[in-house]
Amino acid sequence: MLMCQQATRLMSLKLDRPLRLGERLSLRLHLAMCGACRECDRQFTLLHGVGERFAPERQDGKEPQDGEETK
Amino acid sequence: MTAHPDPAPREPAEDDYRRRLAAVRPRLQSFALLHLRDRTQAEDAVQEALVAAIEKHDAFAGRSGYETWVFGILKYKILDAMRAQKRHGRWEPLHDEADDEAIDRQFQHSGRWQPQARPSAWGEPEAAFENDHFWQVFDACMIGLPDNLARVFSLRELMGLSTGDICHEVGIKENNCWVMLHRARLRLRACIERGWLTEETTC
Repeated sequence: MLMCQQATRLMSLKLDRPLRLGERLSLRLHLAMCGACRECDRQFTLLHGVGERFAPERQDGKEPQDGEETK
Repeated sequence: MTAHPDPAPREPAEDDYRRRLAAVRPRLQSFALLHLRDRTQAEDAVQEALVAAIEKHDAFAGRSGYETWVFGILKYKILDAMRAQKRHGRWEPLHDEADDEAIDRQFQHSGRWQPQARPSAWGEPEAAFENDHFWQVFDACMIGLPDNLARVFSLRELMGLSTGDICHEVGIKENNCWVMLHRARLRLRACIERGWLTEETTC
C-alpha cells in the first residue's frame, strides 16, 4: 500500500521517466483515495510547466509568424 | 556626386534586432539567474550571449525565432559557467542531510502528510502563470532552495534537459537526480503554497 510520501515520489518520477505498470497502478489507486495527494499531483504538474515563462509566445517583442515549434 | 557621400544607412533590420535584444535582456537575466544562482555570473553570461548574438548576427540570417535563437546562445553560456563553477569547487556536496529533514518535516512516520503540510487547492493552473504575483513567489522560493536542488530543477524544468543529460552535466547518478528533483518539487510546492496563499516566502 502506497503512503503519501511514496506517492509524491512517483508523482515526481513520472515527470522524468515513464512509470512502470506497477508504479502507475499503485499511484493511481492512491490518488483515487487521497485528495491531498491529488492536489500535490496537480501542483507538481504545474511546476513542470514553468519553462513556459521563457517561451517566445510570452514575449512582448513580435515573433515572426512562421509557426516554428520552439520547445 | 557629393564630395562627402552619406555613410551607408544602417540596415533597418539591424536596428530592429538591437531593439529586440534590449527588450529580451531582462528575461535572459532572470533565466540565467535561476540557473547560476549568482547575479554577477548571470550578468556575465547574458553579456556574453548578447555579444555573440550581435557578432554572429549573419549566422542567424533571418530564420524565424530570433529570441529563441538568442536563448539558445545563452543556454550554452550558462552551461559553460556552470561547468566553471563546478571546476572551481563552488558546488556544495551533492548529498545533504538537511534536504532529508526538510522533506521529513512534511510527512508523519506513517508516510501520511503532516496535517499542517497537507496540500491545498491552488485554482486554475493557467490563471497562476498569468499572474505576476505567482512569479514573484516562484522566484523567491527558488532563491530559498538549496543551490544543488535549484540547479537540478532549473536544468530540468527551465533549460529542459533530460535527467540523463543532467547527470552528465552535474556528475551524479540518474537515481540521485530523480531524488533531488523529488525534493526540489516538494520544497518548492510547499513554499509556493505558503507564499501564494499567505504572502510568506520562506523555503
